[in-house]
Amino acid sequence: MTGIVRVRSLTKQYGSLTAVDDVSFEIKESEIVSLLGRNGAGKTTTIHMLLTLISPTSGGIEIFGKTLKGHREELLARMNFTAPYSLLPYNLTTREALTVFALLYGVKNYKERVRFLIDEFELGQFGDKKIGRLSSGEQMRVGMAKAFVNNPRLLLLDEPTASLDPVAARQLRGKVLRFVRESGGAVLWTSHNMREIEEVSDRVIFLSLGRIVACDTPENLKSRFGQEDLEGIFVSIAKEPVSRDS
Amino acid sequence: MNFLHVWGIVYRNIVLIRRSVPKLFSLFGFITVELFLWGFITLWVQTLDGSDARLDFMLLILSAFIFWSMFDLSQRSFSISFLEEVWSRNIINLFGSPVKLSELVLALALVGVTQALLAFFYIVPLAFVLYALEIWDMGLYIVPFFMNILIFGWGLGALSIGLVVRFGPSADILAFFIPFLLLPFSAVYYPVSVFPPLLQKITFILPTRHMFEGMRIAITQGTVPHDSLLWASIFNLVYLFLGYLFLHWVLRLARSKGYLGRLVQD
Repeated sequence: MTGIVRVRSLTKQYGSLTAVDDVSFEIKESEIVSLLGRNGAGKTTTIHMLLTLISPTSGGIEIFGKTLKGHREELLARMNFTAPYSLLPYNLTTREALTVFALLYGVKNYKERVRFLIDEFELGQFGDKKIGRLSSGEQMRVGMAKAFVNNPRLLLLDEPTASLDPVAARQLRGKVLRFVRESGGAVLWTSHNMREIEEVSDRVIFLSLGRIVACDTPENLKSRFGQEDLEGIFVSIAKEPVSRDS
Repeated sequence: MNFLHVWGIVYRNIVLIRRSVPKLFSLFGFITVELFLWGFITLWVQTLDGSDARLDFMLLILSAFIFWSMFDLSQRSFSISFLEEVWSRNIINLFGSPVKLSELVLALALVGVTQALLAFFYIVPLAFVLYALEIWDMGLYIVPFFMNILIFGWGLGALSIGLVVRFGPSADILAFFIPFLLLPFSAVYYPVSVFPPLLQKITFILPTRHMFEGMRIAITQGTVPHDSLLWASIFNLVYLFLGYLFLHWVLRLARSKGYLGRLVQD
């Protein structure tokens, strides 16, 4: 499998605080990698560095074999993201907001793409409703449709199911799994829902205080930590940060 | 009545005002600028004598008002188009997309131009109907004058949104305050000669001063003041370039310090 993301010795410092500390990982084609950790562990900072919203203090990021620093626009056009804290314009309708993002991502046949997304994400009933009038779960679904607007090869999903009901969350996981299988794309996923992570992830990276403390498949991690599920590992890492895993 | 409830609401506002420099600006800044503005207007009125009775005050004052409003609108619509993204917490989506800074600035400028033109073609006939104001009496000077107004609006707009990125959403008041701050010193409603000598020298670097002084010459003498136009154009291009550089620098700083994420949290 070809590498889509390669992160090497990524570090972000704010004065004396090290938010991300010498983090290295790869995401290959058709792979879902999850970033786990307590609040403030460095998950969102890592994602923001992949989106060029934050510049690293040191270390490098390569996406599709190119440095992110030198090819920002080209690479961002081939990836997308969604996060509950990054809202879509509340004063636009679903259709208008998706059209805006299709244009921002340079989608040429944008009208057709927006129609497809509205069908695919079953947004027809509120296609002409302002986003500010949608429930948080409905907004999250529009956010997911936005994440697919440019047919990306890399998806960064920061707690994508945080506001979704179990049915909508299951449908979303199904869509992401299908995306990975059919397009060969890659996903970096963060969540506090350990069952969800176990269901979708090929590999899991545990972060603690900005450092990677464990990185492996969910099965291998469970046997290594002697836990029945990822939640047990999460709790044990949270209680007692283990030494960094190579 | 429970005075603890009242104190809760008052306390919330005290905390907000005390901690926010932009809010302190709105508290003391606007009234200070108004004092300067009305002070200079009064000084000018005191200097008028019988020979000034021939001046077309309607054209002088209302043209100045209309063009100042166009400048204010150009700057405000440039800034507010960006602030809309901040207010709707969409800023991460914008900066996480492949949009370049130059594309963002061009788009904001186009929104500014469109809004200013729409307002201009609305207000000019209205002023004609209400006051028989024929702004076209300014002649050809109107075209470069209007262009200069728009360009300075973009430069200040870039400065305003740079300050919002740097200091967070609470600095949005600056988008409204910055043009207002320049109003008394731009000689919009009175000639530059009203200013004390030192202020006349300092305000030389304001393109708006040259534009409005030139406008008055065009109206009262019927000639296009080339030196005013030249100085206004030179300063405008310099400020547009500096505004763009400032915004570029602030965004680099924001990426380094994590300010962009703060724009959706504050």
